[in-house]
Amino acid sequence: MGDPALGAAVFKKCQSCHQVGDQAKNRVGPQLNDILGRTAGGLEGAKYSKSMIQAGQDGLVWSEDTLDSFLESPKSLVAKTRMSFRGLKDPEDRANLIAYLRSFSKGPIGASSMQETGQGIDIKLDPSVLAMVGDAEYGEYLSSECLTCHQSSGSNDGIPGITAWPTEDFVIAMHAYKQKVRSHPVMQMMAGRLSDEEIAALAAYFSNLE
Amino acid sequence: MKLNRRVLIGSGAAAATALAAPMAFAGGHGKPRVVVVGGGAGGATAARYIAKDSKGAVDVTLIEPSRMYYTCFFSNLYLGGIKTIDDLGHSYGTMAAGGVNVVHDWAVGVDRDAKTVTLAGGASVPYDKLILSPGIDFVEGAVAGWDLSSQNAMPHAYKGGSQTELLKAQIAAMPQGGTFAMVAPPNPYRCPPGPYERVSMVAHYLKANNPTAKIIVADPKPKFSKQGLFQEGWGKHYSGMIDWIGDEFGGGNVSVDPGAMTVTIDGEVTKVDVCNVIPAMKAGRIAELAGVTDGKFAPVNAIDMSTKAGADIYVLGDASQQGDMPKSGFSANSQAKVCANAVRGALTGSRVFPAKFSNTCWSLIDTNDGVKVGATYEATDEKIAKVDGFISATGETADVRKATYEESEGWYAGITADMFG
Repeated sequence: MGDPALGAAVFKKCQSCHQVGDQAKNRVGPQLNDILGRTAGGLEGAKYSKSMIQAGQDGLVWSEDTLDSFLESPKSLVAKTRMSFRGLKDPEDRANLIAYLRSFSKGPIGASSMQETGQGIDIKLDPSVLAMVGDAEYGEYLSSECLTCHQSSGSNDGIPGITAWPTEDFVIAMHAYKQKVRSHPVMQMMAGRLSDEEIAALAAYFSNLE
Repeated sequence: MKLNRRVLIGSGAAAATALAAPMAFAGGHGKPRVVVVGGGAGGATAARYIAKDSKGAVDVTLIEPSRMYYTCFFSNLYLGGIKTIDDLGHSYGTMAAGGVNVVHDWAVGVDRDAKTVTLAGGASVPYDKLILSPGIDFVEGAVAGWDLSSQNAMPHAYKGGSQTELLKAQIAAMPQGGTFAMVAPPNPYRCPPGPYERVSMVAHYLKANNPTAKIIVADPKPKFSKQGLFQEGWGKHYSGMIDWIGDEFGGGNVSVDPGAMTVTIDGEVTKVDVCNVIPAMKAGRIAELAGVTDGKFAPVNAIDMSTKAGADIYVLGDASQQGDMPKSGFSANSQAKVCANAVRGALTGSRVFPAKFSNTCWSLIDTNDGVKVGATYEATDEKIAKVDGFISATGETADVRKATYEESEGWYAGITADMFG
């Protein structure tokens, strides 16, 4: 049995895309309350890859076992998942994470405590920056620089897909790279020279790219 | 074959688009015409972006002799046995389906007054804007004893495709304990870390298949791209196998004899089994024929990649002389997008945005041991100028290096999708 307290620390790897707990919302990925027992690709309002929805239709339901194999190697279980995550190789990390998630799931095995809140906000931004309405046409031009590596189809073959993200998540992620809170040298460099308006423009363009 | 203007037979949508384009730009020819010469990272990208973004308002013709494009980038991984030749091949079929008129022929002349490109097959293709992205050719006499007629005995393998396959076959046929020699090029040349990634990948292959073989590199330069990273990796993975002879030890004083299979470095003659000669480079010949080169390469204005030699001609990628960007597929792809935005704006009145450029070069030293270097650039009046950059550090963990390699695979999938659609 995993330890939910240790799992909370593991969840930090997840929270740039997923929220769990009181007031958790769908972000880049679906919110994870009641994940145990949920049909894969089955949460209304969340963005999924076609192959995740198909997996759910084929009968994939998230249990401790299926979550364990998905978390070990996401693409091994669902080949074209949008989830750009390499996986957790350590079985203890996975058990602890699942124990943590279980505490946010109802049902006989879930404690349904709903007290803690894990939210994927790397940095606090001025509300005026988040409220900016991006120039999507400028964003389309700027996006061409992203598409040398990130595919417009949303596929990820070693570099994450960045299409169909909620605008706010996109803006927060880019500012987090710009402020060097997120640690990737290429992305820090690319975001580093983008103005607030340019980040808003990119977010506006990519949010509508399916 | 004669490539006349296609008559615009108006389906409703096409007619509406044509009418929406300002007539002033059309110059009485109907739709404005862009001709792109060279279907690599620069030309394919420019052609596809103009066709895609103009939504049929611009007539785009791509002139490229090869029916399949074999990327030069990642070709070293094929030499190392990590990728297959099929992994490197890309068809132009998707571009044709995306609205680009793909013509498989050689461009052999440019008439700048008549604004036409002449093809080897005899046709003459008119343009309003001409984009040249011909890559590189080799400077004659750059390596004493070597010319293009020797490329079968001593391959350059610095254009993707058959030369790469030839070099791979020669390496595989080396006798046990044999010698692989490389004559490295002087600056500036395509893909600055390329020769050293190649040395790494040849060593990777030999270590598994011919562990007593030796590699010697004659280099006219005193230092090279990512030198600290490569030399750290060579010491770690291929100790004792690689002998790099830089300029201070006579690496620039080199001649070859393709008949006798010998390399003479600073007076010392060595019999070798494989000799990879990478001569000094210049812009692809059509840039010279178009009269847009000054010396070896074609000077361009940083703001839109237009040539300094005259109006309505643009030069992308390795053939251009633009300032601080390295000659690389990533750079050419980046320049193509700035150019495509400017050309489309000039022809259709669409919005033109400020030039932004970037580059990242990944190199593989051994299985899962990837490194990278990159920078961002901006247009100044004088040149494309570097803004910011980074490079992998020596002593990184195996996890970081593996992640870097996996990222390079993601980049390969990304840029080839971006080039060909």
